[in-house]
Amino acid sequence: MLEIIKQPWPWYVAGALIGLTVPALLLLGNKHFGISANLRHACAACFPANISFFKYNWKKEVWNFFFAGGILLGAFIATQYLSTPAPVQVNANLLAELKNYGITDHSTLLPKELFSWESLFTVRGFISLVVGGFLVGFGTRYAGGCTSGHAIMGISTLQVPSIIATVSFMVGGFLMANVILPYILSL
Amino acid sequence: MNPQDRVSETEVLMPTDFEVRSLDTNCINESQLQHKWYHNLKYAVAGIVFGIVLTKAEIISWFRIQEMFRLQSFHMYGVIGTAVVVGMLSVWLIKRFKVKTIYGEEIVFHPKKFNKGQIIGGLIFGLGWALTGACPGPLFAQIGAGFLVILVVLASAVAGTWVYGFFRDKLPH
Repeated sequence: MLEIIKQPWPWYVAGALIGLTVPALLLLGNKHFGISANLRHACAACFPANISFFKYNWKKEVWNFFFAGGILLGAFIATQYLSTPAPVQVNANLLAELKNYGITDHSTLLPKELFSWESLFTVRGFISLVVGGFLVGFGTRYAGGCTSGHAIMGISTLQVPSIIATVSFMVGGFLMANVILPYILSL
Repeated sequence: MNPQDRVSETEVLMPTDFEVRSLDTNCINESQLQHKWYHNLKYAVAGIVFGIVLTKAEIISWFRIQEMFRLQSFHMYGVIGTAVVVGMLSVWLIKRFKVKTIYGEEIVFHPKKFNKGQIIGGLIFGLGWALTGACPGPLFAQIGAGFLVILVVLASAVAGTWVYGFFRDKLPH
């Protein structure tokens, strides 16, 4: 049994469990699944700077920090105790493409050549980590949610704005991965 | 329901900025209950399960995200598709049978309003998603999985959220 758990899980298992997060949070206390909101709560708690967007009672949303902390701990448990050291299976075409940019490491879930402290001081590493993170934070708040809030919670409750947002996420992702990213990785 | 769970009168009368909150965050629950802090631990448990799933299904992997946007793997589409179907069914059942929370409160849903932000912001987030290989949930999971450099990405994401808040009134919505 433990051997099965230690293998990467198939999409239908993961998808079902992620889907069940929606009713779990609703039943536990009427909470709407959505993670990017806690970035806003972090601003409200630490740097409100008299901006009206950050002036609200963030303490009422403190559950979201507990949820995020749980995610962090869960990933730690999964990595430390429920994983095998086998390299990550990556599509052969993608591996070949990445090799052109000097990215060959797939021993862990993120390639070391891009996601390490050393890479932070390279141009492409800085763009991937710092600019990428900024786009995630700015974009999710502007859109009013992220993959959890819009794609999963929003579509589960049949919200048309969430479908529009999800399509926009995908368009942005396709554009980056296929058109812009090759230039960034060449830097 | 315990009487001490009832919220104090001042709390009820405190005005809440529904407009700002309904527009911008999904957490618009206005529970009438007040609990001790440790009641939040149940959300941490939900988070732990969610974090294990994100990691075990490799959703936090930059490679999986690249494969998704290059149409080289069905994995992410399968995950998101299944999650949406299961979520939809759950919400339907909750509405159909008027299921209550574990505290006996009615479960409420809030309709979202369309604004241009969902398109413009959505595109911007999509660019960041493919670049970092992570959306906000996986960011926390990547840190827990030992990629401490992702703390920089998270800090940058908080900065991005702050900058949005700062320029919010000048941006098209």
